[in-house]
Amino acid sequence: MEIKVLKDILNANNQIADQNRQLLASKHIMAINLMSSPGSGKTTLVLRTVEALQDKARIAVIEGDVSSSIDAETLSQAGVTAIQINTGGACHLDASMVNSALANLPLDDIDILFIENVGNLICPGGFDLGEYLKVVILSTPEGDDKPHKYPLLFTQAKALVVNKTDLLPYVGFDLETFTRAFKGINQQAALFPISGLTGEGIAEWGEWVMDNLQKLRKLNP
Amino acid sequence: MHEMSVTMSLLDLVLEEASKAGAGKITGVNIVLGEMTGIIDHYVQANFELLSQNTPAEGAELSFQNIPRQARCRNCAHPFQPTDFEWACPKCQSSEIEITGGSELYVESIEVE
Repeated sequence: MEIKVLKDILNANNQIADQNRQLLASKHIMAINLMSSPGSGKTTLVLRTVEALQDKARIAVIEGDVSSSIDAETLSQAGVTAIQINTGGACHLDASMVNSALANLPLDDIDILFIENVGNLICPGGFDLGEYLKVVILSTPEGDDKPHKYPLLFTQAKALVVNKTDLLPYVGFDLETFTRAFKGINQQAALFPISGLTGEGIAEWGEWVMDNLQKLRKLNP
Repeated sequence: MHEMSVTMSLLDLVLEEASKAGAGKITGVNIVLGEMTGIIDHYVQANFELLSQNTPAEGAELSFQNIPRQARCRNCAHPFQPTDFEWACPKCQSSEIEITGGSELYVESIEVE
């Protein structure tokens, strides 16, 4: 006998993601799922964003890594509320890991929650965490050909941050080629060339983050 | 790359659906799998064989309907399948495209006894 199912295989994850989304909405928190390769500058972007928005928004971070607490310690030393998730080998965060982390964060004192996913351009794209926005970071040494190599992640991004623009003269990354490839498959996304080292572009990125926070607050007063 | 987590969810889902229907044994699972997900069907198959041991789904045959990437040109509306090497519209060469298919990942139906 055949039984019709018609359900997403990741149905269980999606249901927990919806719970996370509701919890975050009830606390008026904007969660941003940051996805990128290892070493593209997720933690640096968070630190720079905290500096840029220090009088405007209270920021906390969920750090996802296979192992170690290096990033959470770096953030804590900079005064940022951060909680580490070690996936113990898994190549992505899932909604239940984020759910457990949320239980250990002071949710009444947070405006923006960055969720640093495990460094990986493939697997994180499959798992809804209950975030409000997905942002992808690509650093210039990784090459301008990545949108067509990892299309799933690049089509999901609401914004794309191109980090390490200070290395542009050395690494053969053509920003125009990249922009054409990326905008070709994702026209709506905002694009922010930045340098975590020099701070170039951080102000514009910070404004976009704040605009989205204002939009969310209007939707969910 | 993350086939193990996907297969664990798949097994939970089919066991739950079979139990709801009062079925004793699952003999087949029909899955719709889009190319954009990056999930490799024979890895799911191998994981499923391991994970389903001593469950009502042990021995179930997995069938995959693989959906290729699909796109539509934003310039001339031509529908086409981007390849691994070429993402521009084959008709007008525009790289302004919209992805219209290939991200599916769901269970269509299960076969039970």
